Amino acid sequence: MNVGEIVEHLGLQVLTGTDHLDGEVSGGYVADLLSCVMAGAEAGDLWITLQTHANIVAVASLLNVAAIVVAESAPVPESTLTKAAEQGVVILSSSQPVYETVSRLAALGV
Amino acid sequence: MKRQIALLGLMGRGGALSKIHELIRELPVSRVMTTALLTLPPDATMMQLKELLREHHISGVPVVGGGRLVGVVSIEDLIHALEVQRLDAPIREFMTSEGLVTAHAQEPVMEALRRFEQMGIGRMPVLDARQKLVGIITRGDITLALLRALQELYTEAETIQDRPQHFFDALESENTSLQLRYRIEKGDFALGGDASGKIKRALLRIGASPQLARRVAIATYEAEMNLIIHSDDGGLVLADIQPTTITVVAQDSGPGIADVELAKQPGYSTATPEVREMGFGAGMGLTNIERCTDKMSIWSAVGVGTRLQMTFLVSPEESGEGDEETGQGA
Repeated sequence: MNVGEIVEHLGLQVLTGTDHLDGEVSGGYVADLLSCVMAGAEAGDLWITLQTHANIVAVASLLNVAAIVVAESAPVPESTLTKAAEQGVVILSSSQPVYETVSRLAALGV
Repeated sequence: MKRQIALLGLMGRGGALSKIHELIRELPVSRVMTTALLTLPPDATMMQLKELLREHHISGVPVVGGGRLVGVVSIEDLIHALEVQRLDAPIREFMTSEGLVTAHAQEPVMEALRRFEQMGIGRMPVLDARQKLVGIITRGDITLALLRALQELYTEAETIQDRPQHFFDALESENTSLQLRYRIEKGDFALGGDASGKIKRALLRIGASPQLARRVAIATYEAEMNLIIHSDDGGLVLADIQPTTITVVAQDSGPGIADVELAKQPGYSTATPEVREMGFGAGMGLTNIERCTDKMSIWSAVGVGTRLQMTFLVSPEESGEGDEETGQGA
């Protein structure tokens, strides 16, 4: 399943990276501690988090994750969005809390 | 035409043709269709249809009643209504409802294309496995999607050509080494990961495998963030890249680590609460570095500074050697 299809099924909002929604999603990883993400997330994962500062873009780009999913509609600063747009990193926003977001992803088979 | 020939040149005739074949035969309707769907109920008037078509510059819409697709109404039906001066009539009277031709979300676009030709129609409502209306597809949608997919193939082929097949293949000398140097500012979280990102891109550009680039990037990121978070006034990241070994050094001039063994313990951190709130200071940085490197050494003295040296040995798989697949069609 690709990022675009997940956006559709979960009704996510695409904050950046509209042109990169065809990336295949191979799994998921949840953490707000960046070192854990660095150690645990794989390329092609969806990274679900509540962190929104600009450094999440660097982490996502270094790991080649398929997309960052910011849960609970947490407001994402302009500096993060600008950096993500520059680096082609997809940031999605979910209105649901992390647990619900992940349950729905799991139900889709991610 | 010229570009087509270029693509064949890049991917090999068989490669390009089979990719295109694959595209047409496997691309499902769901990837091509329009999902931002305009529909009308059967009791809407032909006048409402006229307004909708004009406003959205479209030539027809599906008719949905009771949650089900019950027909399709198009500009031809509107002309018919105009001729008999029945713009106030419900669209139910003018729509096509018998023998509706539909597409299925999961079928290949090739099948949909065939049906367009056989039936001589301009659009088809798209149904999912439960017969629910999920989109609409036109011939134009298919053409656009195929063109876009072809464009992606070109880009992919060009990237393959631009990237050397083996680590350091593009550079030849008796003793090759590439040195990269970055100044890291204390507290500059916005630029955190910038140096590691640049090192990663440089490695990929000279032919390193994604796995090698990834482990160097992860370790360098942690070292870079340590300078941003913990150093007194920033520091330096120096990368020395050689065909068989990559060495990255992160150094600063203070404050120094009092107990290096303690600092290496997973979970140990001296980060402030503000920094922890941003998700740093998990106490996993050095653990991550150790996992990604073949050798890690730390020299530190309080009041003098810290020097972290990370060594990565390039394994045969990581240099692209023995990977015969990638050598084809280049």
